[in-house]
Amino acid sequence: MHFGPHLLLAALEGLVTSAVLALTALGLSLVFGVMRIVNVAHGEFFMLGAVLAWAISTAISGHPAIGFVAALVIAPLMVGLVAFFAEWLVLRRLNYNPESTIVATIGMLYIIQQLALTFYGPEARPVEPPFSYRILLPWFGYSGYKLSVVAASAILLVLTWLVLTRTRIGLIMRATQYDRETAQAFGIPVERVYAGVFAIGAMLAAIAAVLIVPISQAHYLMGQDPLLLSFIVVIIGGLGSLRGTVVAAILIGLSDGIISMFFSPTLAKIIATLVVAMVLVFRPQGLFGTTQR
Amino acid sequence: MADKNGFFDLSKTTLSRRTALKGMAAGAGLALAPGFVRYSQAQSSAPIKIGFQLHRTGIGAAYGRWYERTSAAAVKAINDAGGIGGRKVELVIEDDGTDPARGAEVVGKFAKQHKTDIVFGTLFSHVVIGSAPAAGENKIPYFVVSEGHHVASTKLNRYVFQPGITDVKSQIKSMAPWIAANAGKKVTQIFPDFAFGYDHRDYLPPALKAQGADVIAQIAIPPTESSFTKYFPQIPAETEVIYHVMVGPAVLTFVKELGEFYGSQRPQLFGFMDSLEAVDINSPGLEFLDGSHFWEGSPRYAQPDDSAAQKAYRAAVGIDDNGAAVGDPKDVSTASHMFGCWETLYVVKKAMEDAGYKGPEDRAKLVEATEKLKEFAEGPEHPQGPKIFNGKIHQCFGIQNISKVEGGKLKVVHKTKIEDGLYEPEGDYTTQAL
Repeated sequence: MHFGPHLLLAALEGLVTSAVLALTALGLSLVFGVMRIVNVAHGEFFMLGAVLAWAISTAISGHPAIGFVAALVIAPLMVGLVAFFAEWLVLRRLNYNPESTIVATIGMLYIIQQLALTFYGPEARPVEPPFSYRILLPWFGYSGYKLSVVAASAILLVLTWLVLTRTRIGLIMRATQYDRETAQAFGIPVERVYAGVFAIGAMLAAIAAVLIVPISQAHYLMGQDPLLLSFIVVIIGGLGSLRGTVVAAILIGLSDGIISMFFSPTLAKIIATLVVAMVLVFRPQGLFGTTQR
Repeated sequence: MADKNGFFDLSKTTLSRRTALKGMAAGAGLALAPGFVRYSQAQSSAPIKIGFQLHRTGIGAAYGRWYERTSAAAVKAINDAGGIGGRKVELVIEDDGTDPARGAEVVGKFAKQHKTDIVFGTLFSHVVIGSAPAAGENKIPYFVVSEGHHVASTKLNRYVFQPGITDVKSQIKSMAPWIAANAGKKVTQIFPDFAFGYDHRDYLPPALKAQGADVIAQIAIPPTESSFTKYFPQIPAETEVIYHVMVGPAVLTFVKELGEFYGSQRPQLFGFMDSLEAVDINSPGLEFLDGSHFWEGSPRYAQPDDSAAQKAYRAAVGIDDNGAAVGDPKDVSTASHMFGCWETLYVVKKAMEDAGYKGPEDRAKLVEATEKLKEFAEGPEHPQGPKIFNGKIHQCFGIQNISKVEGGKLKVVHKTKIEDGLYEPEGDYTTQAL
């Protein structure tokens, strides 16, 4: 294959990775930004979204699109509910202490993972895409669904941005992020904001998972990679910065696609990790993060 | 990300000496507690304990579940017929998480704590390679059902056996003539980037060369990869056959993306069933495989010429004519590999009875008795087919099946002969000290 089409394919693949990564990392970043919690179980919420998407789409007969749309609505809501409950049951009782919550979310990671293994099983199960249109380029074919994932992700990112910057809920969230105590003094129910943010963070991961599951199947261990990549993205972009998260996700996704296609996937991972190290050394707050007060 | 909250400040969380001592005392108490270790030596009437190193979690979990079902069915059949040398057989299961480090620990645990008679049942090649030294150190016979060439390579040790499933080198050798004659002469290989994949990488090119065909490209893919389209541009345009063997949960994605990439204008496909074990061949996206060919160890779908033994085996394990669990068509078996558990347990039975095996003190005798075995006749104990066993390299050799995907089923179109897959032994375990 010639260089041009080869690069195009690499870029397309990278874009799909970026799109899903941006949504997942945004959830992680939001939770850290507002709650100052490093949520190690974030990848498992992603996995839970995919597994539920499988369950919902197989329960609904008829055209695959019906099942998929149902999954896209119901699965994130259910994951949000689980996260809301976990926040109330565990994190709140730890007073959001950073060290304790890391350990607690590691525990949550294992609990969710093993429950999925027990009730869903060890195999990878496919979800049918809502439509299967194959875009025929002169050099190779490409899945139309994959491109729609990129579009859907972009719309969701814009929506999240609008909510955060243009609505009252967003204002309250930003206030809590800016200064928890002052926000509380102004009558903002900080605990409820925390519960909501934790649920929204998990829901973003779940939405990303529902979008990706027709491409790569639901499997109980699928949460590990997204977690790692999300951390990389969030560190590079700056914890709590929406813009930074999106830019870093595109950067990591595209470079992963292009480097792994022209060189090797291992090299792509090496470079991503190296970038993280460099960012931590020279710009610890991340590319777009603000210095902590 | 300044460390404002003292995330990484260890001084904040120092363990007091008292706490540490308490923890250690509790640990020691637990180790001494009754039931934790103290198993008495096997008595002559006590059951024979088989340590089952099972991939219950991790990437091998789908295989593990079927290895467990098949082994349980075999043990039931053996016990119903009087056990081994009149003693009942009992499986002691430990999960290795499909992880080599844990695999070695599990083997040690079987030898020292459970005091099982043997260890059995490992599939994934990196776990076998990681666990084999522990079996050698503990001098406990280790019967794997792994398919990799590592046992037959004689690079492991005298305690490791693979008497229930043919190794990859032999499988490849027996199938290469069919591939060259029927699929095409220019082959591109796609394989997982770890031990099992390397068997394919190393043994396919010479096997095809001998048949006048060539491997024109080799593409290694990390076993944890979840997206594959980016590898496909490496497939040369003149490729006539794509030879694929993948493992792990992402195999479905692999096939689907290959389908999206090529559409109907694809080269011939020849795959190892490993790519689709435990996966329904009629899953969305797999229409692309229609008309392609697969190696199968033991056919997933019931075939018209199935022997009575094969039918009885399928019924005992609980799989229907489509190779799925009876009553749950979505629970697809790993038919190409799991028969090896059944057959290995019968080999263990034969070797133990030959050796007059009494207990762990007879483990060396068991090794020697296993090495003396020559052939296994097709029948209820060996439903996959007849096999010959080479005691020097601890490896069995059987027939292989090549199946075509047709109308959403796999139909066997060619069966190899045992002789097709024989090769010169690379060493001799029997010269090693016991």
